[in-house]
Amino acid sequence: MFGVFCYYVMSVIKVQNISKHFGSLKAVDDLSFEVQAGQVFGFLGQNGSGKSTTIRMLLSLIHPTSGQIEIFGKRIEKDREAILEQVGAIIERPDLYPYLSAREHLELFAKVRKQKIGEADINATLEKVGLAHRAKDKVQTFSLGMKQRLGIGIALVHNPSLIILDEPTNGLDPQGIADIRQLIQYLAKEEGKTVLVSSHLLSEIEQVAHQILIIHQGKKMVEGVTKELLDPEKRIVQIKTTDDANALKVITAGSFSNYLLPRGEGVYLKIPTREIPLLNESLVKAEVALLGIETKNSLEDYFLQITSNA
Amino acid sequence: MKNITSFLSASTILFLSLLLSLRASAQVDPLIEKVAQKLALVNDYVAEGSMKTDVSFIKASLGKVKVYFKKPNLLKVKKEGGISLLPRGGVSLTINTLLNTKGYTSIPVGTQLLNGKKLTVIKLIPNDDNLDWVISTLWIDPVEALVYKTATTTKENGSYEITMQYGAYAQQGLASKIIFSFNTKDYKLPNGITLEFGDEDPASKQKMLKNKKGTIEITYNKYTINKGIPNNIF
Amino acid sequence: MWSLIKVELYKIFSRPRTYIAFGAIAALIVVIQLGLKIDGDFYASFLMKDINDTLTVDGKVLNGYLICYILLQLLLVHVPLLVALIAADMISGEANLGTLRLLFTTPYSRTRWVLAKFIAASIYTILLLIWLAFLALFVSMWIFGTDDLFLMKSNYVVLIEQNDVLWRYVGAFVFASFALLTVTSLGFLLSSLSSNSIGPIVGTMSAIVFFTILSTLNIPLFTLVKPYLFTTHMNNWKEFFDIQVNANNEAITGSILNIPKIKTSLVVLTLHIILFVSASIIIIKKKDILS
Repeated sequence: MFGVFCYYVMSVIKVQNISKHFGSLKAVDDLSFEVQAGQVFGFLGQNGSGKSTTIRMLLSLIHPTSGQIEIFGKRIEKDREAILEQVGAIIERPDLYPYLSAREHLELFAKVRKQKIGEADINATLEKVGLAHRAKDKVQTFSLGMKQRLGIGIALVHNPSLIILDEPTNGLDPQGIADIRQLIQYLAKEEGKTVLVSSHLLSEIEQVAHQILIIHQGKKMVEGVTKELLDPEKRIVQIKTTDDANALKVITAGSFSNYLLPRGEGVYLKIPTREIPLLNESLVKAEVALLGIETKNSLEDYFLQITSNA
Repeated sequence: MKNITSFLSASTILFLSLLLSLRASAQVDPLIEKVAQKLALVNDYVAEGSMKTDVSFIKASLGKVKVYFKKPNLLKVKKEGGISLLPRGGVSLTINTLLNTKGYTSIPVGTQLLNGKKLTVIKLIPNDDNLDWVISTLWIDPVEALVYKTATTTKENGSYEITMQYGAYAQQGLASKIIFSFNTKDYKLPNGITLEFGDEDPASKQKMLKNKKGTIEITYNKYTINKGIPNNIF
Repeated sequence: MWSLIKVELYKIFSRPRTYIAFGAIAALIVVIQLGLKIDGDFYASFLMKDINDTLTVDGKVLNGYLICYILLQLLLVHVPLLVALIAADMISGEANLGTLRLLFTTPYSRTRWVLAKFIAASIYTILLLIWLAFLALFVSMWIFGTDDLFLMKSNYVVLIEQNDVLWRYVGAFVFASFALLTVTSLGFLLSSLSSNSIGPIVGTMSAIVFFTILSTLNIPLFTLVKPYLFTTHMNNWKEFFDIQVNANNEAITGSILNIPKIKTSLVVLTLHIILFVSASIIIIKKKDILS
């Protein structure tokens, strides 16, 4: 009982200050976040923002330059095998063996799992990802969408408690995207699994994720509960001044600091609409040379804005 | 011109004297007759023995052989289930074959001491020009009427020496050991054919080339005499 | 571990490429056997030209044992290229395909995967060798029969009695397996360095060709490095077919002329295998899987 209790309160994934440098390129820069058990965690960022590098570090495919990763309370570099026993993942493209069939893939990966996986489990997985009718066909005859489904099947076949899906809807048609969304919701709600799902499209994530993390150029931009981040009561505003440093000083000193969004250039806040005049007032009082306060409509706008400015 | 004339006259004299000497002894030596008579007792034999090949460029183990002989001059050496190496044309030139030739001229050339035995040396020249052998020298023990050594020059296959030792079958004139000696030619196959590249052991190569004389030695353990042998064996 | 090896073997034998090598060996052997069956006497008399000047060779010289020796001489130079086709693809092929990350996110260490892959590639290599042995030795024995092995070497001839031959082939094939496993491990090492399979395959083949040339050229400069090249040692399976002679120049049945040479070669080859595989493991363990 205690174990179950612990399981629900602890972080399944705990990332502390990880960085990954490829030569002079900082693919991931001092990133920290936590994923709670039973949560669907949306990991958002443009292509090349460092999502896949982060996910590969979670799966020990890439060694971090610095920082620490804990999964199920264990350090990945120390307890890699014990951790991976309970993890299922697809990473970027659904790369598979063209000369093997869907069933052969599942059978093959079932063999290299510590769990006992029988014929029934394989059939159930094929059903789950909608490939039962093509089980015997070689993967080289599959569409990208079908490969993606099979990739998810491989990630699920051993019934892991943590599922990491990197861009799972890539190459899927609208129906496929909806199916995957449903599957993720089912896995979290009905099977109590923790799911980390990455995407470069907020629209795909916002409907399923409890928590969202946006990264850009390897750095954390926004992290928060989806409901709050998407709260229509809150607006994202950009403070346009001639002196950003002074404006930031005013904001961080006052009660608005909680609303501040991290941003390399420019000052952004996510702030309840009613507090915008107060913010204006305090900035003017502090003699910040204000050019204007621009309101953004949604998280989507903000996401697009920070990523398009890159 | 003078030179040619004198050369011609000299060679004519030499030829005539040779012819005269041959005619003088154009009959078979009694010792040869004695040997032939002894050998005539054996119509055929199968001999079992072991054969040793000692040729500089050949590595072969002692092999079991069977030697078949049938009058007048059929002879076959068979290695039991294997490949045998025999001096080219040499094995058939045993005393039997030599003495069973229809006509030959024998010339006694004196005596010689061989392994402590005083032996009569007789040269044989076949009358038939079509035979492979041209001349053969026999070393014969006049008392036992046993041939201990023959040296034969052939048309095609060079010269051979056969040395014999006698034991239990000396009565029938059959040797207990026969050693064929012959000159070997160079053996060399290009590396490109044998696909043997890389380092060669120079010491073994030198050893190989040192001895240019080959011998094949047959030691007989048992003779089965005059029991009849079908011709298809040969 | 065994399940990983099974998975790797399953993958190897699910690929059409795997069977190219088996087919190529079968085709080559059958062609040579056919040629020797039809025109073998001509070939034999050509080889025995020098010997026939002095001796008459009586018996079935062109028997299954000699045919096998000829086949091995010809093929053991080329089989490494076929081995490279699979071995050099073991890691890089999966890196190229993108499936390496699927393997490395299973609860097994990379070391285990690399070892499993090497063992699977080795099993493939050994099976290829068994196939070669079956066709070259047993099929030749069946087609051409058996007799003493009359072996014409560059400077001398070895006559090995037929009941003294088979164990030498067993020895030669065991030795050849070490030679081919060295190629497997070299291909494997290059495979761990690359994310595409063409590079390591061509690299392994080039290395074999290059070192073989160095090993076969009798140039003093190369003689210095020769003992350290694995290609020099790969061909020493032939030592099983050279025989000792006693003081009377009689060949000693059941003997091998130069056992130390075989032992040295086996040690050198084994060291190469250990070195190449260990290097692969270290490289793969440190590598970031980006494909």
